Amino acid sequence: MLRTFPKGGVHPPENKISADKPIEILPLPKQVAIPVSQHIGAPAKIIVNRKDKVKVGQIIASSGGFVSANIHSSVSGTIAKIDKVFDTSGYRKDVVIIDVEGDEWDDNILKSNDLIKQISYSKEEILKKITEAGIVGLGGATFPTHVKLAVPGGKKADILIINGVECEPYLTSDHRLMMEKSSELMVGTQLLMKALGVDKAIIGIENNKPDAIEKLTTLSKGFQGIEIQALKVKYPQGGEKQLIKAIINREVPSGALPIDVGAVVHNVGTAFAVYEAVQKNKPLFERVVTVTGKFVKSPKNLLVRIGTPTMQLIDAAGGLPENTGKVISGGPMMGKALNSLDAPVAKGTSGILLLSKDEAFRAETKACIRCAKCVNVCPMGLEPFLLMTVGERKIWDRMENERVMDCIECGSCSFVCPSNRPLLDYIRLGKNKVGQIIRQRKSN
Amino acid sequence: MSKLLSLALSPHEKGKESVSRLMYDVLIALLPAFIVAIFFYGLGAIIISLTAVISAIVFEYLITRYILKKPSTVMDGSAALTGLLIAFNVPSNLNPFLVVLGSFIAIAVAKMSFGGIGNNIFNPALVARVFLLISFPVQMTSWPVPIENRMKYLDAITGPTALGQLKEGVMNGQNVPAIISQMPSQMDMFLGQMTGSLGEVSALALIIGLIYMLIRGVISWHIPITIFTTVFLMQGGLWLANPGAFADPVFHLISGGLMLGAIFMATDYVTSPMNKKAMVYYALGIGVLTVVIRNFGAYPEGVSFAILIMNAVVPILNRYVKPKRFGEIIKNGK
Repeated sequence: MLRTFPKGGVHPPENKISADKPIEILPLPKQVAIPVSQHIGAPAKIIVNRKDKVKVGQIIASSGGFVSANIHSSVSGTIAKIDKVFDTSGYRKDVVIIDVEGDEWDDNILKSNDLIKQISYSKEEILKKITEAGIVGLGGATFPTHVKLAVPGGKKADILIINGVECEPYLTSDHRLMMEKSSELMVGTQLLMKALGVDKAIIGIENNKPDAIEKLTTLSKGFQGIEIQALKVKYPQGGEKQLIKAIINREVPSGALPIDVGAVVHNVGTAFAVYEAVQKNKPLFERVVTVTGKFVKSPKNLLVRIGTPTMQLIDAAGGLPENTGKVISGGPMMGKALNSLDAPVAKGTSGILLLSKDEAFRAETKACIRCAKCVNVCPMGLEPFLLMTVGERKIWDRMENERVMDCIECGSCSFVCPSNRPLLDYIRLGKNKVGQIIRQRKSN
Repeated sequence: MSKLLSLALSPHEKGKESVSRLMYDVLIALLPAFIVAIFFYGLGAIIISLTAVISAIVFEYLITRYILKKPSTVMDGSAALTGLLIAFNVPSNLNPFLVVLGSFIAIAVAKMSFGGIGNNIFNPALVARVFLLISFPVQMTSWPVPIENRMKYLDAITGPTALGQLKEGVMNGQNVPAIISQMPSQMDMFLGQMTGSLGEVSALALIIGLIYMLIRGVISWHIPITIFTTVFLMQGGLWLANPGAFADPVFHLISGGLMLGAIFMATDYVTSPMNKKAMVYYALGIGVLTVVIRNFGAYPEGVSFAILIMNAVVPILNRYVKPKRFGEIIKNGK
């Protein structure tokens, strides 16, 4: 029987329209806007000036702290200005705007596509290269990878889990990567294993990608310590805690991290980026982005330079349809609606999803009929209806006691609610307020 | 429509569930029992069901529209469902004025006075049934004999229910096996050929409804199956201890309102608990109370009382019985 996580979950329509579309390289834009805050943690510090010439892969902003990441130029050209623009977070953020001139790569980067299987670096060298390359979690959470690999003292990782679940409907960038960069992914996984000091890795893939499961299973025979685990399709299986539970049946305690149960989870995209960084000296300056939607003319998987305006990706997929009602960065369950079509592609941009007017707007909210469906689908065992009720009344201490901070914001509750209640909106508000209260308590 | 894009937060996708879809699914699940009711009680079943459903809808419409001055909620199907459940819980020769009174009690008193759908503590249809039973005991306990009364309504020939016969016999000091030997066979009772309220008689039809609701994901198994199991085990214990004084558990499962109550009344969303663990406790309480009332109480039938009593406990269950949280491991003794 296929494994999955036992508690809660939903099965939204998969809509993997672009699953069989090979990765295409998006032509270089005329100008890119590279945000300096593309990760969780401190923004990177800009180290270039206006009119400076930069090459592809050259560092333009350096890590602003331990939890931070380097930012590299994704193009060659001249720095036009340093400015603030709306990015995928919906806020105006610092960006480095570069006018593209040619495509001259940094001399250290190996441009050939030949597979380098031999790992000739020590654990420390691998970690150093990952840190320098500015790699962050490419599944969407964008947590700096080198921080995740630095196991705190007293704790020990015994297993690496590679997340190839891609449980968000519509998105296919990880799927395509698994199909087209399979060997690189395997080497990347081995590099991560070495960096982490573990001898076992399991790649979890949902059963709606049988081709990827088959291909990687065959390939894994040649890579020691790597196993493939097929999983039943269920959202939100790509959530770290759910994936760990599904694959090795360990439950990460409330408020703890995966490392507390000896596991570290990285996305397949991250594993591929690690391969490129270590074996090819290539910093993270491009990624695969799915451009999709039911009425998009030609849904695609594109290899895109970081900083490319979103509109350029939409144009490549046949342009913005007339009845577009919402443009989302990410998938339909956890993605973020964009407020600017010029928002630049960032390291965490896994997809651009276009919804029609009919799909984009919420239905009218009705009274709660206490059907308990939200409780049944919550993968964290919370009671969303209750969190919303106490949230409406601003009873923050009750919200904390009801474990609002455990919420992973997967949206299963709002998805399933027959009364169209904005459950997750109130839970987010509660998390925000309770988070402030907790920080205040700690600082006192 | 404007050219502006929506910025609403995730999730951007919504499942197909809606209140009316759920309510209509329950109505569909009630269909087999309704067809059986028409087969056994004919005219009376049709008149009462129509009266109850229409009056419930009218009351809800009038109250939301003219007293609460809010947009009407009748289209969600919940008023129609309450109406049909009232009909299922009364004898098929009940005076139509009493049916209308029942609808009024259910909708106006038990539902809308608490704030409408989602806010009532007690199951409206059961409040109506118990109100009628206490206020009009004679009319509410004269049940038409099935099949032969198909074309009759108020003039139907009546007879006692199996549970009524049992209670009376026990009161008169008769031996239980002797009382049961005069009743229809358990197979006939299972199919529904016995006297009783119009929707409760056929266990088979109600179980078909249960299976439909389980497949459609309208309800989970926790409440009905826990009630069945509790009643079966507890009654089984009594029966094994003294077969002369207590009826067998199968008899109790298929007689009276147990099936209707466990499948359609106890599972009412609004008045049942909000997580599966609490649902099991709630259903356990209903099962125990039903067995106690039926065997030791003054009334032959106890399901409605048991459910209403447990309805009152639901807020406490919701407060103190929590679902198992993910990662609920106490860290460092904190």
